[in-house]
Amino acid sequence: MRFKQHSVLPGFGLGLGYTLFWLCLIVLLPLAALLMKSASLSAEAFWAIVSTDRVVAALKLSFGASLLAASLNAFFGFLVAWVLVRYPFPGKRLVDALVDLPFALPTAVAGISLTTLYAPNGWFGQYLVPLGINVAFTPLGILVALTFISLPFVVRTVQPVLEDLEAELEEAATCLGATRWQIFSRVLFPAVLPALLTGFTLAFARATGEFGSVIFIAGNIPMVSEIAPLLIIGKLEQFDFLGATAIAVVMLVISFVMLFAINLIQWWSSRRHGMTR
Amino acid sequence: MSIEIRNIQKRFGDFTALENVSLDIASGELLALLGPSGCGKTTLLRIIAGLATPDSGQILFHGQDATDRHVSERQVGFVFQHYALFRHMTVFDNVAFGLSVRPRAARPSKEAIRDKVMKLLKLVQLDWLADAYPNQLSGGQRQRIALARSLAVEPRVLLLDEPFGALDAKVRKDLRRWLRQLHDDMHITSVFVTHDQEEALEVSDRVVVMNHGKIEQAGRPDEIYEHPASPFVTQFLGDVNLFHGRVHDGKMEIGDYAHALGEHQTAAGGAATAYIRPHDLDLSREPGEALAAGTVEHIHAVGPIVRVELRREGSGDLIDAALTKDQYQTLRLMLGDRVFIRPKKLSVFLDAGADI
Amino acid sequence: MASLSTAAPRGIATTEPAWVRYTFTGLALTFLGLFLLVPLVSVFAEALAKGWSLYLDALIEPEALFAMKLTLIAALIAVPLNVVFGVAAAWSIAKFDFHGKSLLITLIDLPFSVSPVVAGLTYVLMFGAQGWLGEWLSAHDIKIIFAVPGIVLATVFVTFPFIARELIPLMQAQGADEEQAALVLGATGWQTFWHITLPNIKWGLLYGVILCNARAMGEFGAVSVVSGHIRGETNTIPLHVEILYNEYNFVGAFACASLLAVLALVTLALKTLVEWRAARQLGNDVPLEARARLAAAK
Repeated sequence: MRFKQHSVLPGFGLGLGYTLFWLCLIVLLPLAALLMKSASLSAEAFWAIVSTDRVVAALKLSFGASLLAASLNAFFGFLVAWVLVRYPFPGKRLVDALVDLPFALPTAVAGISLTTLYAPNGWFGQYLVPLGINVAFTPLGILVALTFISLPFVVRTVQPVLEDLEAELEEAATCLGATRWQIFSRVLFPAVLPALLTGFTLAFARATGEFGSVIFIAGNIPMVSEIAPLLIIGKLEQFDFLGATAIAVVMLVISFVMLFAINLIQWWSSRRHGMTR
Repeated sequence: MSIEIRNIQKRFGDFTALENVSLDIASGELLALLGPSGCGKTTLLRIIAGLATPDSGQILFHGQDATDRHVSERQVGFVFQHYALFRHMTVFDNVAFGLSVRPRAARPSKEAIRDKVMKLLKLVQLDWLADAYPNQLSGGQRQRIALARSLAVEPRVLLLDEPFGALDAKVRKDLRRWLRQLHDDMHITSVFVTHDQEEALEVSDRVVVMNHGKIEQAGRPDEIYEHPASPFVTQFLGDVNLFHGRVHDGKMEIGDYAHALGEHQTAAGGAATAYIRPHDLDLSREPGEALAAGTVEHIHAVGPIVRVELRREGSGDLIDAALTKDQYQTLRLMLGDRVFIRPKKLSVFLDAGADI
Repeated sequence: MASLSTAAPRGIATTEPAWVRYTFTGLALTFLGLFLLVPLVSVFAEALAKGWSLYLDALIEPEALFAMKLTLIAALIAVPLNVVFGVAAAWSIAKFDFHGKSLLITLIDLPFSVSPVVAGLTYVLMFGAQGWLGEWLSAHDIKIIFAVPGIVLATVFVTFPFIARELIPLMQAQGADEEQAALVLGATGWQTFWHITLPNIKWGLLYGVILCNARAMGEFGAVSVVSGHIRGETNTIPLHVEILYNEYNFVGAFACASLLAVLALVTLALKTLVEWRAARQLGNDVPLEARARLAAAK
């Protein structure tokens, strides 16, 4: 078998060569440096670093809050996509454009803005704090920030799939005697599920690595509201490169697993529906 | 310009697209490559163009080896199946493209390009669409623009991949006649690929029938139709009835019936199959010298040809016969009638693997 | 690209009762309002809380101006680098068939799933004082970490997939027919690329550039790790926002943040415009009959 099918188009060698060179230089080599560095640790030393209470608490918080934020977005993102695709309302174009705001707004801006809103004297905080709901400087604040930054993922993966669903599908189901709820749960939802899962995983992956928006609102109290990326920075500032590397490797492995999961979902859905998205 | 194709071999992984294909195309000829999808006809066309390379074999243009010549130096015109018009350019710019990308020394002046393009657009009768974009054209218009674009560079060979494939029936018929006319006016060596036997037989000077990467038969349309060289060609060119029997003493024997074979037909003996087209069957109510008897099951009497479906006695096979309106009226056929069939003409091929 | 279809009117059989529609719409809009709109509005409200003059003062402060300059420089270097990479990657992936293609696509997507902080750390481990190349770099007096090159590298990393990701599916959908047609007509490889491929992908490319630029100018985590936060030397606007905020200079912080928020709004507007243009390019904008009438009128 030849590596490449023959083609009359030129530029394959140049294009692929440059692609691989740049990929290695910018992405693969630095990641290799990280793995090499961590390889200088013995397994026990590595375990000792990542199993301290503070690290475990930070990892738990990072992944737990991300999971919650992604779930929240799976629900509301689906709802938003549904409403945007199927119901008319004034200002729809504007709302549709606004959904991408978290992609465009720098995370630091989101961070200080959310913090100010939920601080005890903020627009939201002044009503929430008297009720005993403290958002700013608590894990709840982390959840709010992560929900904000991962909001567009589910909407943007589910929306095109909902748009592509043919009305005939529902009309056929109605003719066969299905109720609205049956049509939704047995016809529409299964068709959208792979996209929803992809969006959920993307949101989760993005949330776990998030740093900029969280550090402002979290309060960064060790064991309570300190996330894993912040711990890495803390170790770096104390020139504890090995400690930082060990935590980074754990995070990296988890993000690889999620990348793999996304590919698996897409492979599964393309096999099931005979199409790739 | 003449084209010689010598022992071309092409594989895609485990799939053999072309197996030792050789073919001579005369200068000024309009040739059709005909075959079912996957027979290798498009691959052969792309190899002639230089869009694909053969694993082995040679392509000669006017006696010179062109196998390794790059597509941009072959001076071929290629009309793609889906036209491949440049969607961001106007019709004018599409047709002018081949001239405007020439190196400065060989490039005609702006005025010369404009004249040439407008002349071509007039030729394809679409000069009023010069400023339109491809997505504003109908399928037939796109097809003609694609043709004009390929003619602009004055190619020595014109290659067309399923030129009428994506058009509806009416437009197809018009364009077919128009392409024939164009070729008669310009006399440029042309090869087109099609899976439609009617199209191939009607338009071309010569038809090459392909199957499974091999050439089954090449010849003038009437030759191919009257004297198909293999069961595949016979069946591919139109509806046909099959009768199994034996060849013996220069005769095709089917049951009690015997049909003397001409000299060019097979001389050896053995199990054989006779292929008879529906319009080569005579129906009558007289039993003498008949190939078989059958009962009328269906009559489709719409149009100039009356199609009759018979259930053959004994075997229970279905037989298709085609009669003219006159014959039909003389016979006064009714459903359930018993009739006898006699072949006017049949093609006989020995069965593969039969004892000889 | 997300598109907003002008949904065909739905029949009675394919929609929900009115009260369900209104409840869902209301719920969705409330969610978006509370989570997106209010934070956005509050940025401007806080920035202007003490009046316009203080707002403007905060913007023309030398350190703020320097941060703006550095942010622009980083984006001006990182975005073109990623354009070249994105086009090269999309060309080889979309127009050719070769083994390991899907692995390559996955690797290109990798920076999306790596935490920016981890990305920053990898560069520190490569180029930092105690990194792989640290000794060699300091011997040759080249500073990458805690300097501008590090900021640019970190920015390139986090924006790495943006343009390639936009172009690959687009070029795959377009196929190679038009390029082949150009070659048959005698065009060279470069002519084919400039006259055929580039015009066909221009909207996708622009879309990628807009998103890439927004991320490049707004990146915080990765840049924060490699910058060292040296005022007037390695502070980009997002980092400057952090410093001001931590010093309780809220007006200053929100003034700079409002710049970034404007950038975000401009990004969204441009993005929507490009989506609209690209959709129009695909559709039949002027019907054929109208064209014919125009031609006849001439």
